[in-house]
Amino acid sequence: MMYSRTSVLRRKRSGAIAANRLKALLAADQTGFPPEVLEMLKDDLLRVISRYMDVDAQRMELRVRRSDGAESGDEDPAALYTVIPVRSLRLKGTIA
Amino acid sequence: MSEVIVVTSGKGGVGKTTTSANIGTGLAILGKRTVMIDTDIGLRNLDVVMGLENRIVYNLVDVVEGNCRMKQALIRDKRYPNLYLLPSAQTRDKSAVNPEQMMKLVDDLQDDFDYILLDCPAGIEQGFKNAVAGAGRALVVTTPEVSAIRDADRIIGLLDAGQMKSIHLIVNRVRHDMVRRGDMMSVDDVMDILAVPLIGAIPDDEAIVISTNQGEPLAGTDTAAGQAFMDICRRLLGEDVPLTLPNVSYGIFGRLTSLLKRA
Repeated sequence: MMYSRTSVLRRKRSGAIAANRLKALLAADQTGFPPEVLEMLKDDLLRVISRYMDVDAQRMELRVRRSDGAESGDEDPAALYTVIPVRSLRLKGTIA
Repeated sequence: MSEVIVVTSGKGGVGKTTTSANIGTGLAILGKRTVMIDTDIGLRNLDVVMGLENRIVYNLVDVVEGNCRMKQALIRDKRYPNLYLLPSAQTRDKSAVNPEQMMKLVDDLQDDFDYILLDCPAGIEQGFKNAVAGAGRALVVTTPEVSAIRDADRIIGLLDAGQMKSIHLIVNRVRHDMVRRGDMMSVDDVMDILAVPLIGAIPDDEAIVISTNQGEPLAGTDTAAGQAFMDICRRLLGEDVPLTLPNVSYGIFGRLTSLLKRA
């Protein structure tokens, strides 16, 4: 965008801020883990995956979703899942 | 047999009672025998939104305690003869009724109505448990705000745990102009976060305030919110109504463009 460098337009839109805050908040509510623990988990996951590929850490999401176990008789109350956008699928050359 | 639907939200002030009044009215317009039950004991409001506050003699607690017969407590709507309200008690509190009594109450109405609509109080305590007890279907009302969505998620978790068979989401007070410029979560954002199917979105509409002032629900009127509520009612009846958000225009410019569009 032509004016994207001006501070007003570069400001992150509040709708997106709200959505991101909510995702983090609900993950904490549903796991019962404190938000900072979830941040640590997120950082650890990122560190491992970053060893193999170039990922977009800013857009990583960590979420908990209730399973539909009530119908299938599944005992698991929830599933933890994460979305980590990959910048490049090229294998990194730094694997020890 | 009737379908029993609870309208709930967790957070207060997101539009549960307005939604109950309009869905009740809409179902009646569509020819369904409908009864709305205000389960918010101590904080009665559905009667006022419906404009029926001057006709209350007996209430829900009177029926439960056997002070009157069901027929004496039911108020027939002044506009739609197939629409009834069972008002709540204003001078009692949530502990006056328990879930078993509520289920019995709902059961007693099953034969006479197509739809039983329970307007749930805010919160997750006794009042919520009472309202949910007899329902087979839940409509969770939220607004596109962090606090309302967080509470909606909690409610959805409780409904899931309580084996609620059908849970649908209503996103209320959506401001299209704010969503467009990125300053409000979109209906898609809310659906994605809560992972519950949507049954309708209601635009933030001045007409709602006016209708509440007058005690005349909007459903069936030629307003954006009124039409959105009618669409929800048709979906409840199983009709396949496309999910679109009616456009409400804000400010002089918005009103001008909508006038031009209409011409």
